[in-house]
Amino acid sequence: MTKHFVGDTVTLLGRSLRHIARSPDTVITTAVMPIAMMLMFVYVFGGAIDTGTESYVNYQLPGILLITVASGIAYTAFRLFTDMKGGLFERFQSMPIARSSVLWAHVLTSLVANLVSLVVVVLVALLMGFRSPAGVAAWLAVAGLLILFTLALTWIAVIPGLTAKTMEGASAFSYPLIFLPFLSSAFVPTDTMPGPLRAFAEHQPVTSIVNTIRDLFARQPVGADLWIALCWCSGILVVAYVLAMNTYRRKIS
Amino acid sequence: MTTRHTHAIHVQGLKKSFKELRVLRGVDLTVARGGIFALLGSNGAGKTTVVKILATLLKADAGTARVNGFDVATQAPDVRASISLTGQFAAVDEILSGRENLVLIARLRHLGNPGKIADDLLARFSLTDAGGRKVATYSGGMRRRLDLAMSLIGDPAVVFLDEPTTGLDPQARVEVWHAVKELAGRGTTVLLTTQYLDEAEQLADRIAILHQGRIIVEGTLAELKRLLPPAEVEYVEKQPTLEDVFLTLVGPKT
Repeated sequence: MTKHFVGDTVTLLGRSLRHIARSPDTVITTAVMPIAMMLMFVYVFGGAIDTGTESYVNYQLPGILLITVASGIAYTAFRLFTDMKGGLFERFQSMPIARSSVLWAHVLTSLVANLVSLVVVVLVALLMGFRSPAGVAAWLAVAGLLILFTLALTWIAVIPGLTAKTMEGASAFSYPLIFLPFLSSAFVPTDTMPGPLRAFAEHQPVTSIVNTIRDLFARQPVGADLWIALCWCSGILVVAYVLAMNTYRRKIS
Repeated sequence: MTTRHTHAIHVQGLKKSFKELRVLRGVDLTVARGGIFALLGSNGAGKTTVVKILATLLKADAGTARVNGFDVATQAPDVRASISLTGQFAAVDEILSGRENLVLIARLRHLGNPGKIADDLLARFSLTDAGGRKVATYSGGMRRRLDLAMSLIGDPAVVFLDEPTTGLDPQARVEVWHAVKELAGRGTTVLLTTQYLDEAEQLADRIAILHQGRIIVEGTLAELKRLLPPAEVEYVEKQPTLEDVFLTLVGPKT
């Protein structure tokens, strides 16, 4: 049945994109929270934070983008959970379709929805004075890194989406992910943090991703952070994918 | 390979446990082609487990099951191409319209002209007027009718209906009964599970009772009634209903 994989995935992708088009609130709420944080950080705290040279709106945007993705994938888990509970999942699984296309459609939908939210957040940042001298190649690199990050987090989201017992449980996993950028270089330089916290902040995935995006936006050489960021994203992606696929296989045995 | 041509469903020695709980303890069941076959049982008797195994959603621990001549364990894709499943809750997409739901299923079954298939089914299930509306606005009966219509796309040889009227009001139940009868009238084999005994009396050509993990009796309604002593003639003649047969065979709830 794998010969239908692409066709079935496209059909199911069309379905869930229609869901998003009909409830644009999911994309808007995904963008609203990071935008509110961005307003708060730039206009309330930003003046008191000394980041060195750049304007603070430029400094904090990469972290806000990661928070956008982290809150967006909660809806991926939620959409998957709804299909599981409503019985649609079983209906699809008892039909002669490529079975993994059901998951892939949700993953691709998550990617599209998050990219839309990211564009909205970047547009608001532009209104708030965000400016970047980055060329097309650097912007593409930023997009590529964010896509990789979204895919990694989406595959994490698939696991609670498949296994959760309640709707709250399906989305609760995203809270620590949303919180992670605060313990990184996303909003303040790490050198003012106390020792152990600083060690954590400097070695967790968010810092390398944030630093890479910040350098790309600022047209600075990216250095080793890029490779560390790529390793983290690909590593998380592979582990989450394997775990999610195992969960899926167990669910549909 | 004679079974392939004579039986819609053929199950032998089917066993399934969930941890310590032995749900199915050796189910034997043969369903001929055509007509409506009812699988009766109390809550938790294992009806849904049987249906899930037959629909390739669960693997059995032991025993064999063939649907439309195909083994559910080794020829799952062929089984899936032969069946459709309507679960306990109407498995419809709330956010899409009724018509879009039908088109979606027709596409996933890789059929040509999904739009026409959808329109024909909407007409057949009296949903043409509601076809463009979001399913979230449908009544319980309409949802079930749409659910059944989705099950018919691609003319599957065997249709599983798992408690199709649970949670419906009496009027909606009658609507669903009509739809099921119409379906069987076109030659599709329907395996229906229900805990409503009158539903089985109304619809089924043959009835099997699943109790404590086994099929304890199987036959036509008339045959099942004959299992009890004939009615005594007193002032009022009282024929045993299927409910009497069921409760006597199953015994009081423990």
